[in-house]
Formats: sequence, C-alpha cells, structure tokens
Amino acid sequence: MKMKLKIWRQASAEDKGGFVVYDLDGVSQEMSLLEMLDYLNTTLIERGEEPVAFDHDCREGICGCCSLFVNGRPHGPAKDTTTCELRMTKFAEGSTIVIEPWRSRVFPVVRDLIVDRSSFDEILQAGGFISANAGAAPEANSLPVSRDNAEEAIDTAACIGCGACVAACPNGSAMLFVASKVSQLALLPQGRLEAKQRVRDMVAKADELGFGSCGNMGACEAECPKGIKIAHIARLNREFVRAAF
Amino acid sequence: MTKLDARIPSGPLADKWSSHKESIRLVNPANRTKLDIILVGTGLAGAAAASTLGELGYNVKAFCFQDTPRRAHSVAAQGGINAAKNYKNDGDSVYRLFYDLIKGGDYRAREANVYRAAEVSNQSIDQLVAAGVPFARDYSGYLDNRSFGGVQVSRTFYSRGITGQQCLLGAYSGLIRQMAKGKVTMYPRRDMLEVVVVDGEARGIITRNLVTGEIERHSGHAVVLATGGYGTIYYLATLAVGSNATAAWAAHRKGALFANPSFVQIHPTSLPQLNDYQAKLTLMSESLRNDGRIWVPKAKGDKRPPNTIPEGERDYYLERRYPAFGNLVPRDVASRAAKERCDAGYGVGETGLSVYLDFSGAIEKQGKKAIEAKYGNLFEMYHKLTGSDPYREPMRIYPAGHYTMGGLWVDYNLMTTVRGLFSIGESNFSDHGANRLGAGSLMQCAGDGYFILPVTIGDYLSDKIKEPRMPVDGPDFDAAEKDARDKLDRLMGSGGKQTVTSLHKRLGRIMWDDCGMVRDGGGLANALGALADLKEEFWRDVKVPGRQDQLNQELEKAVRVADFLELGELMCRDALDRKESCGAHFREESQTPEGEALRIDEEYSYVAAWEYQGEDAGHKLHKEPLVFENVEIKERSYK
Repeated sequence: MKMKLKIWRQASAEDKGGFVVYDLDGVSQEMSLLEMLDYLNTTLIERGEEPVAFDHDCREGICGCCSLFVNGRPHGPAKDTTTCELRMTKFAEGSTIVIEPWRSRVFPVVRDLIVDRSSFDEILQAGGFISANAGAAPEANSLPVSRDNAEEAIDTAACIGCGACVAACPNGSAMLFVASKVSQLALLPQGRLEAKQRVRDMVAKADELGFGSCGNMGACEAECPKGIKIAHIARLNREFVRAAF
Repeated sequence: MTKLDARIPSGPLADKWSSHKESIRLVNPANRTKLDIILVGTGLAGAAAASTLGELGYNVKAFCFQDTPRRAHSVAAQGGINAAKNYKNDGDSVYRLFYDLIKGGDYRAREANVYRAAEVSNQSIDQLVAAGVPFARDYSGYLDNRSFGGVQVSRTFYSRGITGQQCLLGAYSGLIRQMAKGKVTMYPRRDMLEVVVVDGEARGIITRNLVTGEIERHSGHAVVLATGGYGTIYYLATLAVGSNATAAWAAHRKGALFANPSFVQIHPTSLPQLNDYQAKLTLMSESLRNDGRIWVPKAKGDKRPPNTIPEGERDYYLERRYPAFGNLVPRDVASRAAKERCDAGYGVGETGLSVYLDFSGAIEKQGKKAIEAKYGNLFEMYHKLTGSDPYREPMRIYPAGHYTMGGLWVDYNLMTTVRGLFSIGESNFSDHGANRLGAGSLMQCAGDGYFILPVTIGDYLSDKIKEPRMPVDGPDFDAAEKDARDKLDRLMGSGGKQTVTSLHKRLGRIMWDDCGMVRDGGGLANALGALADLKEEFWRDVKVPGRQDQLNQELEKAVRVADFLELGELMCRDALDRKESCGAHFREESQTPEGEALRIDEEYSYVAAWEYQGEDAGHKLHKEPLVFENVEIKERSYK
C-alpha cells in the first residue's frame, strides 16, 4: 500500500514543532501501525534523516507505553485497541494518516510523539496504594472478597495508565484514571481502611497538577483501550462525598 | 581468580532457609537509614524489592528504562502465579511444588534455592492480596486456583489473563508508597551502562539519561540487578521489544559470572511474524493445541488460501510423525517440528514462517459455542492482532523465544561473584534449571523481591554501616564513565550504512537457527564464526543517526545489540559445552534410539558459570556441581 503520513515532529520539549508529511510506499496490510512507523523510520535512517521517536514496548496492548492520536482519536479508530494493536487493514490504500502526540497540557512533549506522563505516577503516589508492609500480611484467605466485587475490581484494575482518557477529554480530566484506582481499592475490604484519605488525596493531586474536572462527556470511556467504564467515576464521586463525613 | 561458593546452609532441606535467617547478620533499623541501595529494573522483582527495602528503612535509588515502573515487562505475564497454599485440598505442599520445579527444570537447578522459592511462595500470595491485587475468587469469596503447566494439583492464582499486570501494579503501589515517604527515589528513562567496582565491591553504576543523553554517576553501598531476561536476542520474541541484557552484561564484564546462558525457553504457540518489520510475537495459550489440528500444505510454497486447500493436500505433520500423541506432543517437540517444516520450505503466510492451527474440525464436532466457551478470549485476541477470524480460517502460529532460565550466577544470598552486587528475578539463573514451569516466573520474582533479597542483603550490608556515602568522583567512577562514553562514541562515530535493526535481525537468525531449541556441534561452531563476523561488521558498518546528547532511540537499540552480539557468542559456547539434550533444548548428538531427548547426568549435572576474561580473551568455564539429596532423579518421559 501507498500511504501519506502527516506526523508531528518536535526535536525537544523546547522546540516549537510542526507537522511533516511523508509519502510511504510498500506498506503491508499485515503491519500494525507501529510496525508501519518502524518501516518509515528505516527509510528515514537510510536517507540520512532522523527517525520519528515514539513510545512503545510490549507491543501486545498491556504495558501502556504506546499512545498517539491517530486521525484525531487516541489509539486510532478501532475500539478497545491500543495503538500497538492497531492494524493497517483499518486504513485505505492511498489515504492520509495524521499522527500526533497526546493532546494535553499536563503531558508535555518530550520529543516527536513521546510525551511525559509522570503526572500519573504523582497521582498514584498521593494515595493509590494500600499501606501493607511485606511480612505483616495476614493469611490470604482470611479476608473473603465477594466474587462480584473481585470481578469488578479486575475490570477497573485493568487500566494500563496510557493516558488516552486525558487525551480524549475536552477538559483534560484524569478522572477515569483516578477512578479506576480508587474504585479498585474501594471494592476490596483490605482497601477500605484508607479509602477516605485516598480519594481526597488523589483528587487533590490531580487538581494540583492541572488536570481538568469531569464534565460527564464520556469521551474517556469511548476511547479507553481497556473498556473501563465511566460508572467508576460515579463510584469515585460517591467515595469523595463519603469522605467528607 | 573467581571461586564458586554457593554458600548453601547446612542442615535438612526444609530447615535451611529458617536456620539461615536465624544465623545471618542483620542491620539495625537506625543503621539502615545510613545505607543506600541501588536497584536496577523495576518489574515485579525490582518493585517488590524496592518497596520492601524502603519499608525496612534503607534508602533506595531505583532505575528503569521505561517512563514508569508500571510498564516493566512483568506486566505481560498472562497465566498466573504458583503457590503451595493447598487451598484445593488436593495434596499440594511446599515439597511438591519444589519437586515439580526441580523436575520441570530437568534436574539442572540447585535444590536449596528451589526449595526456598517454593517455601516463600505462600507469603508472596498473602502479601500481594494485602496490597490489593484482585485475584480471581470463587463464589464463597475465597481465592480460586487453576491447574497450569501440566502439574497434578491446582496451585495457580490468577486474575483472568492479566495476572502479571496485577502483580506488578501491586508491587509498584508499594514502591510509590515508599517514594511518597522519601525512601525510594525513582530514576525512570535510564539505561544502566556500567557497574562501578571499587576494591572488589560493587559501589555504583553509570547510567545514561535517555531523555537528555547525560551520563550520570550514582553510588551506593550495594547494587541490585532486577533487569529481566534476554530473549530478545532472537529478535523474534514474545518479550517487550525494549527488554535487554545490557545491565547484566555490564555486570558480567566486571566479574559477575554468567550461568547457563544457553538455557532459553522457546514457546511453541506464538503468533507468527506477519511482516518483515515485526519483532514482537505475541504469546497464545498452549491450551489451543487441545482442539486445534496443526498442518502445512503438502506442496512446497503453496500460497492458496487455507480453506481452498483440499484435505488430501494437507500434511498434518504432528499426527503423521507422532501418531500416539499427535498435536499434543510436548512443547519442545511441537516447536522443533514446526521449525523443521518451515525451514524445509513448507511454511505458510507472507514470510513462510508459520503453520496452520485449524479448528474447523473441532467447530464442526463440538459446535461454535463450545469452542467459544473454551477459547473465546484467545480467538478475539488473535482476530484483533492479525485481522483474521479463527472461527472461519485456521490460525497461524510459530515458535518464539520466550524466557531465559540462564542469567547471572548467584549464591544462596542472591549475590553474584562480585561482592555487593546482587541479582534477582529472571536476571539470575537461580530457580528454573533448564526449563521453567508455567506460572513460575511471577512466583520467583515476588519471592526474591519481597522475602529473600531484603533479608540476605542485610548479611552483606552489616559490614558497611560505618562506611559513609561514597563520592562519585573517584578513579573507579572516572574509568567506568570513560568505558561507557567510549562505547557510545564508537557507536555514534561508526558512520556505517546498516541500520541497527537489520543487524539485530541477522543476529537473531543465527541464534534461532543454531542456538535455539535444536542444537548440534557443527551448527554451533558455524554460529560462532558467523557471530564473530557479524560483530566485526556491526562495529564497522552500523549506522546510528542523531546525537548522543538527546533522546535517541536508535542509539539505545545499538547499545543493546552490541551487548547481544557478545552474549550470543557466550550462549553458543555454553551450548557447545553441554553435549546433552536437557530441559528446553534438544542436542542432536544426544538422543535415544527413538529420537527422544537424552539427558546425561553423569557428565552434565552442573551449573555452567562463565567468567569473562577480556574482550578477546574468551571465557573461562567454572562448574558448580549439582547434588540431589532430596529428590530421586528420573528419566524424562512423554508417556
């Protein structure tokens, strides 16, 4: 296939950046989008140009490294799919693919398509844990967890921390990300003791870092590659209100 | 000269770990706050160690190449984590888990270490549950288990197919909690390039900041490597593409012996390479072989769509060659047979490197519903990754490099042959012998990180409580930084024409053909020649664009491939030395008259630990004899 690629290039965080258009011939339908970028990079290196920098690692949709706005949508047009899982069969021969980094003020560009998502770690640091030191844990089966709660906890714990929810949100809100952790730990008895402090601290940290607030648009849910439901934001809100009393 | 002393505690097997803990030296809480520990790699083993060491009061400086520890490759482990809880009341015990690990490793692992891994497995489950890991539950609310890896008990804890992710995030949550308390300082997007050894002890590391290119010096009272495996040496692998051996190799060059480097597990049912630019081969559960039939066309290079190839023109080669077991032959036999067909030109797909796994018969017999209930999620994943619907068209599969049992040699305290330098998780050689049992890697990582290293490192650090922080401007730091810079300069300045990836592909092909699941003396000797040539060609003709002092992903790759080229040679030497079939490897010269793998215990019951002697001086082999006092050594049998 022949493709036209319009890719955001930015040499460093300080650089202004801009789109560069590449014509790429010889793209196979059997490539993933990232393999197509690998192919583009090979041709760039051979031509003596610098390759396009982008984050990636596991290439099976679980590490959360890959990101990218593809034709205006986080992780591209396919549902429940990360960019690394996105196949070139989704694009027509000769079409143009626009590839940009995550759009969010809180995820500044590091280089080309790579952004800095360390703010997510800061949010988790504020309370996304249970204070259980190694050695002090009770027998694992001493605390039963209802099957429904355990299953729902796994649903929300499946968050890969990629940042698509923030990038998709018109407000740049991180609420789906915060909710996935708050909800997971709120559903488990071992997480209840610190629940109030956790939700207060994590929400406050997200606000402090400059993430926007939730406007119930639902874009996060629509674009989440792991299918995490906006209902968890409702649980987050409930936990937040409960924490006030 | 290095001398191997595994320092295995005396006494009965079941008491060794308790008596060792009771007798080793400790560091008191006030003194721990004066000690700095450098920890490289923050997967399950590293994150668990970082959080636990922080809880104990040590100051931890943790490094990873990803942008956050949440993304380390433990995240991709699917199946589960073993523990000897015996929740199913099916007769499981620590001894049975130990026995299965020793047997699974084909009697090439050290009894005492393996027993301890089984012993602490239960504590790991307690800890992970307490940390909020949502393991699967049954309707009573208690933890569920499944049977995994062909053992006779159900001892595997799991969270759907994302157990690794959940365990990693659990350990990571402990790590960030210690970050919030100031006990762990995280340095993400760093590659460790050198270990700094001062007076025979590991006292620091040299890293490259992957964003700025800055070369940084860090000192500590001890260094822990939790840097994972090196399966990406094959280029085509189930691993994350960034997984690498650079830190372990740097340690090796500074005196840490590398044990059983050729012990690599190849997984038979990975997704195939669909195009030339794909390195990552995603793993599919082996359970698919229960209902799928494996075949290739009878005619060479037959490019017709599979459904149009008539029954009579298909070669169900496993059923043909192994009528008794058919498609259910053991993992290594299935892998070898697939490779044989593809090498002979019968492979299918664009690259010719895959075979069909066909469910049409099973669907016809059992109905689509029944197949969907068993394999629905796997079919969906396959469909998503390949664009082909396995309900309508046969799947395509191929074997791929997966897990490396070999790694840095460590003693019972998990310390390498360099004092003060430790290695945990997949980066050491310790627990899996010549083959790893399913759901064993998370078990080892959690045990090493939470419960073993944090205790054993105290024995070493108790000597260090009077030593102040080491300044990073000494001659040993200067020399290590110079080595790191020289290597980077050489790569940047090569001015060649070939991309790093094209050279990596060729390296992978050599390793795959001659040092993969089937080996023979002639092939290995050829591979050594080819690797020497490729190494020379690499340094002469590699092309690394951009600059050193900026984010440069090609340079990162080049550093890794440069190390793989040296490690590949050592893997071949190790494989050449071991003229037996054992664990995951088949050595042509060592087979029974029926063509089955033949282990030779009288000659090869040892750990092969290799000492680096300099760039062109080759390696020296040290043998640690393996003594089995608590298990009866049995022949491997497929029956």
